[in-house]
Amino acid sequence: MSPIVSNLITALARFLIFPGLVFAIPASWFFLWLERVAVARMQERVGPPFMQPFWDFVKLMGKSTPPRPGAAGVLMRAWPLIAVASAAGAVGLLPVLPTQGGFEGDLILLLALLEVPSMCIIAAGFSSRSIFGEIGSAREAALSVSYNVVFLLAIVSVAASQHSFKLEDLANLPMGSPLLWLGVIAILICLPAKLHLNPFSLPNAEQEIYAGPMTEYAGPELAMWELAHGLEWVAATGLVATLVAPHLAITSWVGAWLAGAIFVAISFGIVLLLSVLAAATARLAIDSSVRFYWQCTLIFAVLAISSALFVRFRS
Amino acid sequence: MKFWKRLMCTARRRSPWLFHMNSGSCNGCDIELIAALAPRYDAEHLGVLLQGSPRHADILCVTGPVTNNAVGAVKTVYEQVCGPKAVVAIGSCPATTNVFIDSRTLDGPLDKHLPVDVYVPGCPPRPDAILAGVVKAAELLAERGGDPAKTPVVIATGGCDAEHCSCAAAQQAAASAEVK
Repeated sequence: MSPIVSNLITALARFLIFPGLVFAIPASWFFLWLERVAVARMQERVGPPFMQPFWDFVKLMGKSTPPRPGAAGVLMRAWPLIAVASAAGAVGLLPVLPTQGGFEGDLILLLALLEVPSMCIIAAGFSSRSIFGEIGSAREAALSVSYNVVFLLAIVSVAASQHSFKLEDLANLPMGSPLLWLGVIAILICLPAKLHLNPFSLPNAEQEIYAGPMTEYAGPELAMWELAHGLEWVAATGLVATLVAPHLAITSWVGAWLAGAIFVAISFGIVLLLSVLAAATARLAIDSSVRFYWQCTLIFAVLAISSALFVRFRS
Repeated sequence: MKFWKRLMCTARRRSPWLFHMNSGSCNGCDIELIAALAPRYDAEHLGVLLQGSPRHADILCVTGPVTNNAVGAVKTVYEQVCGPKAVVAIGSCPATTNVFIDSRTLDGPLDKHLPVDVYVPGCPPRPDAILAGVVKAAELLAERGGDPAKTPVVIATGGCDAEHCSCAAAQQAAASAEVK
């Protein structure tokens, strides 16, 4: 088989099977359930049954949607689909099973794809013409401008220390490197804002501004937003798991299974950590959140990138 | 096709999302509804979620006797809930207007304006009765899908049987259901 064909098959398998759609959609439902159950246990509740996100999805698929005439209606229907597609693409890029499937610069593509759902949310709120949607979108825009600086600086610092924008090279970083841990902690600080979790849940602040940018969405469109949110969970926790997981030389099926299991276990741990944080904190106001990212964590990110550059110039 | 229908039936039964609407209630029933969602009764283990937007909801929970000011809002919110949908009247007020009957500031009871599926009588009803009403409404949704309501259901309060109960609220609600 020519290398092009085998590369294409590997890429398709990664996008469609593991860690792509066949794995990522059930995983996203599992993560959504895990988040809800962890919050419920923190509040001494039983929490939803295991299949709950699946039932929610199926039920939403069977509901009607209000008529949406004109170009704005077409756009409103398109945003959740774009969000799902890009989040699924981001999951498919994760190098869970280190193969020859990666390419130089796939980290940049992953970061861009991770950012698309957030932009879709902003656009969706404004195109819904609902006052609550517009407030939610404005908050999301302000928040994403603040946390993305830290998020990108952290990732760039990890990449700069490795002289590469290829995900596989980052996955192969030695575990003990303090630079890696500095970057991972900075990424973890940004994840609650990226996933709209509690201290930074103001874009979709439930009850406060109805449902934020999602206020006018119903039925299958809302189901797609839920799916996009779940896939974002998988992609964001997967990115951290990729950086943290110990590098295994995969020679057999056992090694491949082990790599997959470690990836899932680390993602599981991160979901639990973030859910506990969400249950333990209350929602911050927009000015406090923005100040948190610009004043407190930016110093941290600047420290990470300056030490990465220092290490690079010394070597 | 049949499989998809059965799957949808189960999904509707197991995932009722609520929107809470106060149409001039004294807040008694609202407090009980919140108690039903709070940790002691934990509605989420039945799949119940309180939604912020009526567009996301399946079940509209209305409290209060529908004041003149609230009529427009009640109708608008009902229109905004996407089908298939059900209406649960919580408390004796939306069922019969209760002690406010014949008041000139009211335009109730609720079934004058919306098709009501489940009545949960009581002043206020207990949280477990409200949960039973919501679960019943979800079962109705699973059975009938997008079709309109046929005969409303009355949920007994405090473990009694509504048809034979001596409490005034249950009897009033049962009577209003029969009149329909």
